[in-house]
Amino acid sequence: MALKDITLGQFFPGKTLLHRLDPRAKILLLICYIVALFTAKNLAAYALAFGFLAVAVVISRVGLKALLRGMKPVVFIVIFTALLNILYTTGQGEPLVAFWVVRIYWEGLRTAFFMVIRILMLISCTFLLTYTTSPILLTDALESLLGPLKKLRVPVHELAMMMSIALRFIPTLIEETDKIMSAQKARGADFESGNLVQKAKALIPLLVPLFVSAFRRADELATAMECRCYHGGEGRTRMRQLRYQLRDYLALAVGLALCTAVWLLNSLGVF
Amino acid sequence: MEPIIRTEKLNHVYSAGTPFEHAALVDVDLCAYPGEYLGIIGHTGSGKSTLIQHLNGLLKPTSGRVMVEGTDIWSSKEATRQARFRVGLVFQYPEYQLFEETVYKDISFGPKNMGLDEHEIDRRVRSAAAFVGLSDAALDASPFELSGGQKRRVAIAGVIAMEPAVLILDEPTAGLDPVGVEQILGNIRDYHRAKNATVIIVSHSMEEMARTAQRLVVVNEGRIPLQGTPTEVFSHADELEKMGLGVPRMTRVFRRLRELGADVDPSVYTVDQAKQAVLNALKRKGVV
Repeated sequence: MALKDITLGQFFPGKTLLHRLDPRAKILLLICYIVALFTAKNLAAYALAFGFLAVAVVISRVGLKALLRGMKPVVFIVIFTALLNILYTTGQGEPLVAFWVVRIYWEGLRTAFFMVIRILMLISCTFLLTYTTSPILLTDALESLLGPLKKLRVPVHELAMMMSIALRFIPTLIEETDKIMSAQKARGADFESGNLVQKAKALIPLLVPLFVSAFRRADELATAMECRCYHGGEGRTRMRQLRYQLRDYLALAVGLALCTAVWLLNSLGVF
Repeated sequence: MEPIIRTEKLNHVYSAGTPFEHAALVDVDLCAYPGEYLGIIGHTGSGKSTLIQHLNGLLKPTSGRVMVEGTDIWSSKEATRQARFRVGLVFQYPEYQLFEETVYKDISFGPKNMGLDEHEIDRRVRSAAAFVGLSDAALDASPFELSGGQKRRVAIAGVIAMEPAVLILDEPTAGLDPVGVEQILGNIRDYHRAKNATVIIVSHSMEEMARTAQRLVVVNEGRIPLQGTPTEVFSHADELEKMGLGVPRMTRVFRRLRELGADVDPSVYTVDQAKQAVLNALKRKGVV
């Protein structure tokens, strides 16, 4: 079993416009898009949102395959939501289908359709953000965007630092797990066969050393940070400075334009 | 003599079919003979760790075969399981795999997995502990309370307790102080002698290899460009240098002496041999 092959964090390195945008601009754009998506009321508005997403996907060069792969885990939720909406929405007029206790109305189908589209587009656009932005940049951007909360004594820098460290150590811990697993297998440990209880028990020789080493690493890291006079966020400068450029302002303008357009289309009241 | 481990055209490719595809082993034919003390030397990333993980079936070859005592270890599930017990593998920094409450329980993990009875397990744990110089009192201690060197010895005992016919150790002395290095190497030699087991040591320390191994195998870029007795291998100093390996310090001194015109044998690699070579040279000159 090669744990290393599992992709964690779905960042696809690249140099497209979407990759180069300031991560803060990307997060704000994402928020605009989500707002637009949730306020969309009719087909025209949804079509606009869809078109916007399609253009973004093409620019990012992520590929439809990768995007669809990300959808796999939510298929169940999507189907479930669709069914609930179809079965439980009551509308005016005659039901389209009526047998036993099931009454399916035109409104139900319509709500279900929009709901499914909305969820799928929501997931696609968030994936697009994580596909085109490295996790470290994302945490930097979050720290910067949440900066004002520092005034309310929210430890923004500390939270961002914790996130960066966690992200940094995921590959290390996976490698470590792989190594310990091999070492215990060399002593005849069996991680694959047996029932659930036996399998859980077989994990002890893996988990105990893993925890011990995680704590050891944390301890070493803390010492190393203190040795370099780390004392939190106050007065700390960065190696990667985030600076807004023209394209970032343009991206924000596009985001706001999208929200306005959706609002206008809603008032048109088509479909 | 029939080899106890033989690989035939062993190939291993990591992440096949992705942009990260990388051939770690290319057509490797390796033999280890019963009772031999074999050294594998190679640079970091040369493929030596990949190679040894094939010898007890932890990694499955992309192509080629691994034979242990004449059977292909991938011919059946049982054969793979047996290979794990016949070929004991001690990883680098093995102390990080300790997990039990007591040293005794940790050493008995391997024998227990072999399905041995209580009595036999007890015998093996005590004999393995004796090999690595752990006292009976230490057996009841928690492995997490021990010193680094002691932890390492407990971990090695955990593999020795399975009484493998072949004992493979990946950099067993990495990160230890000189006293610790001598103790561990001594423990391994004791096991080698007492059980007449095959011992395979992986290292990049030429000095250590020169002192301990009977035969050396050099791994470079997934292939075996050189193998033979230490004298044979170290006579290819320039090639070793190119692989980033170098020769033992003593050999380097004597090659340099030779270049400077001294009439000495350049194929020495231990201090004792060096002393003998200097005495011989002086004798020839008639000084002593």
